Amino acid sequence: MGRYVIRRLLQMIPVFIGATLLIFLMVNVMGDPIAGLCGDRQCDPATAAQLRKEFGLDKPVWQQYLTYMGNVFTGDFGTAFNGQEVTELMSTAFPVTIRLTIVAIFFEIVIGITLGVVTGLRRGKPVDTGVLLGTLVVISVPTFVTGLLLQLLLGVEWGWIKPSVSTDATFDELIVPGLVLASVSLAYVTRLTRTSIAENRRSDYVRTAVAKGLPRRRVITRHLLRNSLIPVVTFIGTDIGALMGGAIVTERIFNIHGVGYQLYQGILRQNTQTVVGFVTVLVLVFLVANLLVDLLYAVLDPRIRYA
Amino acid sequence: MPEQPHDDGAIAATGMGGAMDLAMSEAETLEKRPGGDGGGPADKPRSLWSDAWQDLRRNPVFLIAALVILFLVVISIWPSAIASGNPLKCDLANAQKGSSPGHPFGYDGQGCDVYTRTVYGARTSVTVGVCATLGVAILGSVLGGLAGFFGGVWDSVLSRITDVFFAIPVVLGGLVLLSVVTSSTVWPVIGFMVLLGWPQISRIARGSVITAKQNDYVQAARALGASNSRMLLRHITPNAVAPVIVVATIALGTYIALEATLSYLGVGLKPPTVSWGIDISAASPFIRNAPHALLWPSGALAVTVLAFIMLGDAVRDALDPKLR
Repeated sequence: MGRYVIRRLLQMIPVFIGATLLIFLMVNVMGDPIAGLCGDRQCDPATAAQLRKEFGLDKPVWQQYLTYMGNVFTGDFGTAFNGQEVTELMSTAFPVTIRLTIVAIFFEIVIGITLGVVTGLRRGKPVDTGVLLGTLVVISVPTFVTGLLLQLLLGVEWGWIKPSVSTDATFDELIVPGLVLASVSLAYVTRLTRTSIAENRRSDYVRTAVAKGLPRRRVITRHLLRNSLIPVVTFIGTDIGALMGGAIVTERIFNIHGVGYQLYQGILRQNTQTVVGFVTVLVLVFLVANLLVDLLYAVLDPRIRYA
Repeated sequence: MPEQPHDDGAIAATGMGGAMDLAMSEAETLEKRPGGDGGGPADKPRSLWSDAWQDLRRNPVFLIAALVILFLVVISIWPSAIASGNPLKCDLANAQKGSSPGHPFGYDGQGCDVYTRTVYGARTSVTVGVCATLGVAILGSVLGGLAGFFGGVWDSVLSRITDVFFAIPVVLGGLVLLSVVTSSTVWPVIGFMVLLGWPQISRIARGSVITAKQNDYVQAARALGASNSRMLLRHITPNAVAPVIVVATIALGTYIALEATLSYLGVGLKPPTVSWGIDISAASPFIRNAPHALLWPSGALAVTVLAFIMLGDAVRDALDPKLR
């Protein structure tokens, strides 16, 4: 197990370097950050040169990347052009997005798996067809449309929720945004659980469990569910990174000041340090979540042993 | 399965044009299976593809999805067939008005006819979806397929590269890359989707080629001295292409949704291109006064994405005998 973890950690290094380098290059392609800093006016050439020197923008890109990564590993994510520390922005933005992601994952697990089990056990029945059609509709309506419609109905028309989230972004304010963020993944979790349950239901171990007279509830929770959840856990694990990165749309609709908001502002203002810093952390979250999922395999499925 | 006259299928296949015929005969020579499972005469073996086609022809979900897609393709080629107006001709005097005779969907915030714009928006979405999917499918299956077939260093390198692309959230990559683009055509968006989408297909193509490679008939071909290209083209590709087709069909729907999302965020397509995403984004501030301007393009978008996902779903169910 220990050796497996170390091997996986080593494998993460090239992916981490590749992904951050890719983002670094993309951001550099994005255009001249100094031009964005001066606003609409043309920058004074001397000031621009001074700023370039100050931020190290006069050096070649690979050198900038190395310097930046060196700083990141000492905990210095640099300073945004407005003088605010990027780490300071992160410390306000990440808790909000993490709360939003927790709400979304909660919905995925509770609603998604429940619906998946119910439909998987009743394949071909009206419940199954209905839920399946429902998931198709949810998948095909893009998140921003779902978000806008829910905001219109619940927030504006019926007044059940506040249409926009306050800067505190407490859990109760994040219920509807979390549901919107989770919606598409929720549908995938339902379908995945359903397929998995339906497939495993015909397996030998389930027949054995039924044959030896175990109560139905125990067959389902102990034998069927535990084996069927393996692909679902993988999906939810990889989804953590995707949810945090994809929260841009949801955060924009409900005016949540989280990671997506900061990133969006950073990109609009061509704020290199903010964008690269946030993306670096998001990539790390994604990689670590994937590693945890692989380790969780062993817990769920004793047949898997890591040497 | 009830008694199914086999020539019925043959008629339907010729009705579809040569393509299906070709696929059937090609597949039949490749995968000789013992006679159909209670279907047609036992002397005519049914391949995976003709079997799937038999299944699909009777699947209402597939038929509905195919009809919707056919309709979309037709109106994206001739939008003027059902919408006589000009999508760019707007009159501010009509802004946010509801429906009136000749303008069934009403007007948007700029006084443009929502019906005309929704009809013309289909072309953009279909173009983006089809071009991006073609690019992704070709690039991904060539790279992934070759990596799976030859293995070795190239395979490991490619796997690491796909890992890198998987670690970058798509919407985020789109925001970063497309925020500098000033062109109002669809090509930068398509290019971006191909750039970030190919690893998905390449991973599937790789796995599927590795599975097909181990089949006995491929080993037999190798033993008989077939060249690499012959094995790849004649034996592996026809047997490994099914998962790629399924995933690509579903991906087509998601690319259409992604285009709209990027346009909503203001980095995708830009006016004067007519796109559902742009229209939804433009209508969202007026959602209280003129919800119709938001609902119609959203509905069209949802139906389109739904049709492609349903099609992919039906094809997958037909091609995957495990679930029958």
